[in-house]
Amino acid sequence: MVDLTSSRSLDGPRGPKPKRSFSRANIFLYGTLIVVSVYYLLPLYVMVVTSLKGMPEIRTGNIFSPPLEITFQPWVKAWAQACTGINCDGLSRGFGNSVKILIPSVVLSIAIASINGYALARWRFKGSEVFFSILIVGAFIPYQTMLYPLVIILREIGLMGDLGGLVLVHTIFGMPILTLLFRNYFASIPEDLHKAARVDGAGFWSIYFRIMLPMSLPIFVVAIILQVTGIWNDFLFGVIYTKPETYPMTVQLNNIVNSVQGVKEYNVNMAATLLTGLVPLIIYFVSGKLFVRGIAAGAVKG
Amino acid sequence: MSDLSSINTSERKQAQRPVSLFRNLSAKIASIPMILTALVVFVGGTAWTVVHSFTSSKLLPKTNFVGFEQYERLWTTRRWLVSLENLALYGILSLVFTLVIGFTLAALLDRKIRGENVFRTIFLYPFALSFIVTGLAWQWILNPDLGIQHVVRSLGWESFTFNPLNDPDIVMYGILIAGLWQGTGLIMVIMLAGLRGIDEDIWKAARVDGIGTVKTYVVVIIPMMRPVFVTALVLIASGIIKLYDLVVALTNGGPGIASEVPAKYVIQYMFRAQNLGQGFAASTMMLVSVAIILIPWAYLEFGGRKRG
Repeated sequence: MVDLTSSRSLDGPRGPKPKRSFSRANIFLYGTLIVVSVYYLLPLYVMVVTSLKGMPEIRTGNIFSPPLEITFQPWVKAWAQACTGINCDGLSRGFGNSVKILIPSVVLSIAIASINGYALARWRFKGSEVFFSILIVGAFIPYQTMLYPLVIILREIGLMGDLGGLVLVHTIFGMPILTLLFRNYFASIPEDLHKAARVDGAGFWSIYFRIMLPMSLPIFVVAIILQVTGIWNDFLFGVIYTKPETYPMTVQLNNIVNSVQGVKEYNVNMAATLLTGLVPLIIYFVSGKLFVRGIAAGAVKG
Repeated sequence: MSDLSSINTSERKQAQRPVSLFRNLSAKIASIPMILTALVVFVGGTAWTVVHSFTSSKLLPKTNFVGFEQYERLWTTRRWLVSLENLALYGILSLVFTLVIGFTLAALLDRKIRGENVFRTIFLYPFALSFIVTGLAWQWILNPDLGIQHVVRSLGWESFTFNPLNDPDIVMYGILIAGLWQGTGLIMVIMLAGLRGIDEDIWKAARVDGIGTVKTYVVVIIPMMRPVFVTALVLIASGIIKLYDLVVALTNGGPGIASEVPAKYVIQYMFRAQNLGQGFAASTMMLVSVAIILIPWAYLEFGGRKRG
């Protein structure tokens, strides 16, 4: 008996015959996934093909057919000529504004939140946890209850309608989630390291800059991804705290596409929509796993 | 206290704890932005809005209190009632569908399939896009003259009607389609992380007991994933209350007021109709509804373990 099995093991693989990969369960599994994928990919596909067609082709054809004649004219027009109100210089202005809002907002919000998180994780003082709790609870308060007080604050410090005002607003509303993110990350760095540095005479800032910062590059990348997509995609704050000359890209896009005047140019609209979505999409496809980590971090409870 | 200081240990004491206000001073200075945000914006701003919701502020905030007048007006305004009704419909459907679709997709991806990364990337990419982009893309697909309705009709089914964005009865379902497209990927990722956290032995035990795959998910796995579901629920719920951009991009509240939502009502009255009091009252109602959802949750989650 023992002999038999051992000799058989030499002959070849043991165990049950592997399932065929085309079993009914697998066909169902992959079939469902592929059908669902089509639903998810459809809007992107439709946007791309529409933006490459001419208007006559759009009026006569169907939205799913690939373009017979590829034209990049809609993209050029969306970028440089599309009109919002009286301005006809295209989305390029909104893009410029969004970049001017994005860079200082990301830098400022991450700088403040990381130092806050560090203080909360390693340098607690009386009441620090109370402020942090208020901050986290504040993340659930509907923005609408804080919109007008912020208008007053911005007006008082002279930043209302200014890009700087919007930067401040993004820094404020990005603070709860980023502070939580950094606090949890810094708390996971072994405390012995912190203690050793203190024994060697390092203080608050030198530990932050010389020990914590170099060790926490991944979490900074996660925070940057989170903030870049979040701020780029913002519409509410952009529409309230800026004026037409400083509208970010999303607001300008909505004004271009949903304007009631003139003939609707669907190809230009779709090119403009894609242009606006391009920045977060590139970040998403390039960052891959880190993006997922960022939203998972955003999902953890305080 | 005076007793202690009189004893000649002042030198040692000072090394341990200097004047308490200056102790840990750098950390306190570094926390000033957080403290200001928490106290001035979150607490102060919210309180300011609540207080001013009891005034008759019009173009500018004033402090002549009128009691609950704004609220009485609010609850007799048809637009507000429609907004609430819409949000309730959208909220319930979005909650159910996001959880079901998100979990199902996560479970399918968890079946050790090939190309998991490709599928996950496809399901999640809409989440990277803004609600404005989402709304405009779907507005085009649902366009009655050139979109899906047109395509199906041109295939020969002449009477086919699918025009949600211009039909007051079903406009919220049109918004739901776009909202689900954008948001389900996030819940899928969270559910997938939850499923990955489940011990492989659970599956082996279920197989030994002869429980089928679907039944194992329903009876064993889902109850084990309670914390993940709670997280997902809070995320979805806080997203639903914020529903604003998507409606603006898709329908701008139309046709008529058929797809108005509370967040849009607030913006409308505060910044367009110059009726601040109404806007404050409406935003206070939003705050109250969030509190009604969150307080029981916070109590259940944290009440047992620690106070606060």
